[in-house]
Amino acid sequence: MLDQAEGFVTADGRKIGGVVMEMKNITLRFGGVVAIKDISFDIREGEIRAIIGPNGAGKSSMLNVISGFYTPSEGEVWFRGKKRPPMRPYEVARQGIARTFQNIALFDGMSVLDNVMTGRLTQMKAGLFSQALWKGRAEKEEIANREMVERVIDFLEIQHIRKTPVSRLPYGLKKRVELARALAAQPKLLLLDEPMAGMNVEEKEDMCRFILDVNDEFGTTIALIEHDMGVVMDLSDRVVVMDYGKKIGDGPPDEVRSNPDVIDAYLGVAHD
Amino acid sequence: MAQTQSGAAGLLSLPALLHRNATQYGSAPAYREKEFGIWQSWTWAETEKEIEALALGLLNLGVNEGDFVAIIGRNRPSLYWSMVAAQSVGAIPVPLYQDAVAEEMAYVLGHCGARFVIVGDQEQADKVIEVQDQLHQFEHLVYLDPRGMRKYEHSHLHQYSHVQDQGRAAHDENINELERRRAKLDYDSTCVMLYTSGTTGRPKGVVLSNRNVIETSRNSAAFDNLTKGEDVLSYLPMAWVGDFIFSVGQAYWCGFCVNCPESADTMMTDLREIGPTYFFAPPRVFETQLTNVMIRMEDAGALKRRMFHHYLAHAKKVGGRILDGKPVGLWDRIKYAIGNALVYGPLKDTLGLGRVRVGYTAGEAIGPEIFEFYRSLGINLKQLYGQTEATVFITVQPDGQVRADTVGVPAQDVEIKVGDTGEIFYRSPGTFVEYYKNPESTASTKDPEGWVATGDAGFFEEETGHLRIIDRAKDVGKLANGAMFAPKYVENKLKFYPDILEAVLFGDGRDHCVAFINIDLVAVGNWAERNNIAYASYQELAGHPKVLSSIQSHVEAVNRSVAEDAMLSGCQIHRFVVLHKELDADDGEMTRTRKVRRRIVEEKYADIIAALYDGSERISTTTEVTYEDGRKGSISATLELRDAAVVPVTPQRMAAE
Repeated sequence: MLDQAEGFVTADGRKIGGVVMEMKNITLRFGGVVAIKDISFDIREGEIRAIIGPNGAGKSSMLNVISGFYTPSEGEVWFRGKKRPPMRPYEVARQGIARTFQNIALFDGMSVLDNVMTGRLTQMKAGLFSQALWKGRAEKEEIANREMVERVIDFLEIQHIRKTPVSRLPYGLKKRVELARALAAQPKLLLLDEPMAGMNVEEKEDMCRFILDVNDEFGTTIALIEHDMGVVMDLSDRVVVMDYGKKIGDGPPDEVRSNPDVIDAYLGVAHD
Repeated sequence: MAQTQSGAAGLLSLPALLHRNATQYGSAPAYREKEFGIWQSWTWAETEKEIEALALGLLNLGVNEGDFVAIIGRNRPSLYWSMVAAQSVGAIPVPLYQDAVAEEMAYVLGHCGARFVIVGDQEQADKVIEVQDQLHQFEHLVYLDPRGMRKYEHSHLHQYSHVQDQGRAAHDENINELERRRAKLDYDSTCVMLYTSGTTGRPKGVVLSNRNVIETSRNSAAFDNLTKGEDVLSYLPMAWVGDFIFSVGQAYWCGFCVNCPESADTMMTDLREIGPTYFFAPPRVFETQLTNVMIRMEDAGALKRRMFHHYLAHAKKVGGRILDGKPVGLWDRIKYAIGNALVYGPLKDTLGLGRVRVGYTAGEAIGPEIFEFYRSLGINLKQLYGQTEATVFITVQPDGQVRADTVGVPAQDVEIKVGDTGEIFYRSPGTFVEYYKNPESTASTKDPEGWVATGDAGFFEEETGHLRIIDRAKDVGKLANGAMFAPKYVENKLKFYPDILEAVLFGDGRDHCVAFINIDLVAVGNWAERNNIAYASYQELAGHPKVLSSIQSHVEAVNRSVAEDAMLSGCQIHRFVVLHKELDADDGEMTRTRKVRRRIVEEKYADIIAALYDGSERISTTTEVTYEDGRKGSISATLELRDAAVVPVTPQRMAAE
């Protein structure tokens, strides 16, 4: 099923396209510590791809490799059919990859609107001079960007906190604002680092809804890390399972769920 | 006036009024809605085009004359247009409460046999789809917001804008039919059918004719001199008769502008931005606003706080009198003007009530202090008494004769009589046609001469001629010693305390009265935060000893106040309990308009009531709760039952009646 670039059709009728990103034999070392050991997998156009694993399995490191924050010690990252050279994070952002963080990384003193507007920064082309004068291109750009941002705000139903400083928001809403900022960049690939960590059931359900809607409405490819197994199994089309920096499973949720290695990793197994 | 003249000239339906507005005030704004952070607006001329396109689209879908078209969603221009479009094609619009759960909707949709349902978004669409197997007549669903709807099977599902597009495309084929149907509408055709929430039993479909709606709108608009320049904010449920009259009836009659908020959560911000000139809210909204202001003032600097309280005290003294046009000394007037510049004006702007010319509150009794607070700021807040069956208006308060404890004089063309039992009857042009498919109820409510029983007990005050409501007639009872039992009277006094959200009094046929109390989580939570009281849940906060003591002091204060009323002094509360959960419409304990269903509460919490009467100090209980999505769970708690001090009264038989 994964051999060719044409993709497949999911049970609920969504079309999954060809390979967008491919990780080839990635190894990541920090000094003597091996965080990721020889992992390969791919992400396909339009799918929701989950990376799961116990604590310390190397999931966040993996996401950081995808986002270009870490350069792998060995192995190659291929994006849209091209091998990706080592890049700075903003260059990766320009390629159409956006992310959210495990520990919320918003600008605390700024309003929700301003925070989401920063997601458009990579799209702004007007120079400093023009921005300062607020004439011509800068003004037009700002209006176009604001319109896009308002669509995202509407989409994620955060109109009521548009002007509220982020520091005053509860946790669940901050997470949603972070997602809004990532979406404002109109990413082709969206990386979510534990989007539901620390949320209550209701907030989780809302977040699931939003993730599915983003994928459905904008056709955004999503790669996410998540601990809540129920959420992962419901949301994702394919799952990569990591343990101690190694890949121990890869495939559709049902297949992964019955994989004995995965069960061992999660439930523990008696080692002699 | 031009309006009354044209009123004679065949303005007998909403589509006719729409056409007049589009012709006469074509370029004036008819609807505004905040979307994507900007107020979008539609003129009357544009509105007519939108509605016509939708009407043609509905014809295209096969809507017949006499069909019922259900409309479910939050207040949005497109949904208001649906109502008028449905009427244009000879169908009957039936707005439903959007927060109703699927089974409640199933009953109403099944009862009226709606063939078409127009919904706002996926959430509502899902509910209808969930129950569609129970609905034999249901055929097509039209949805407004396409979000999340792409994957649905679309053979009976249509996007609103596509229906309009198809309507425009089929303009030439269908326009003659549409004009024929529109021309047939007259004063006796049904304008709308509204389901009453019903404190007892199943909801009933109240059929209102064009005569009901248009005559009522005309009379009430004339009473308050409403013009085409008014701005209203539509945020109350579309299924409620009040919203239908204010946002549709009066808006079409006067030609004023209806503003729809961006979402339910942004209502306060949108209110401030629009600054309505004509405003309607149930007491709860005014209470919440006042609580918020007071909480925020606690956080203000010392100087501001002192200035605020100083001028509010002055406003309390003279503000109401100035508003009523009564004589007030020059110095007091000057001081009021200073206060207006420093405090009242900015405060009114913050509340979004800076431009309000006429404000109404109804539905429940409003606390005299809250009422006086708003009036003292110079906001012309008034009360009215009405019900769905009367197309709202039964009595209203004229300017200058406004009081907190009465509901005013009969509205124009309304006749009122008080029955032997104290029940109020009325007859008016707004009197409903019938309950749909329910001749027995129609007959028992409306007699052959057109008098309608309100079910409320009340009396006219001798000196002023104003009506005073005591309680629901069927709730008024007697204590074991024969003294009058009027629960609402006492409950309202309790609810006027900001930290009490809801209260239910029991005592009919008993020796004395006991009460259930719900705390207000916002007010009490804020108080807890200030006093460093940690709590993990509503239940824990509600059971906190300090909360109980503070509630007890309120109960005792109410007892003292009740004791002063000779007729009702028997209704003092001897024991009370603070409930571990909020009474909730999802559990059937309240109606969707948040009125307590007394019988259901009494049955459901029978164990607690028994414990209140047998003198025990604690009770452990388990209660079933329903979540928003319809799932059920249960919560258990041990509740403390407290005694409250009562003022001794000499047992006295009811003297008056």
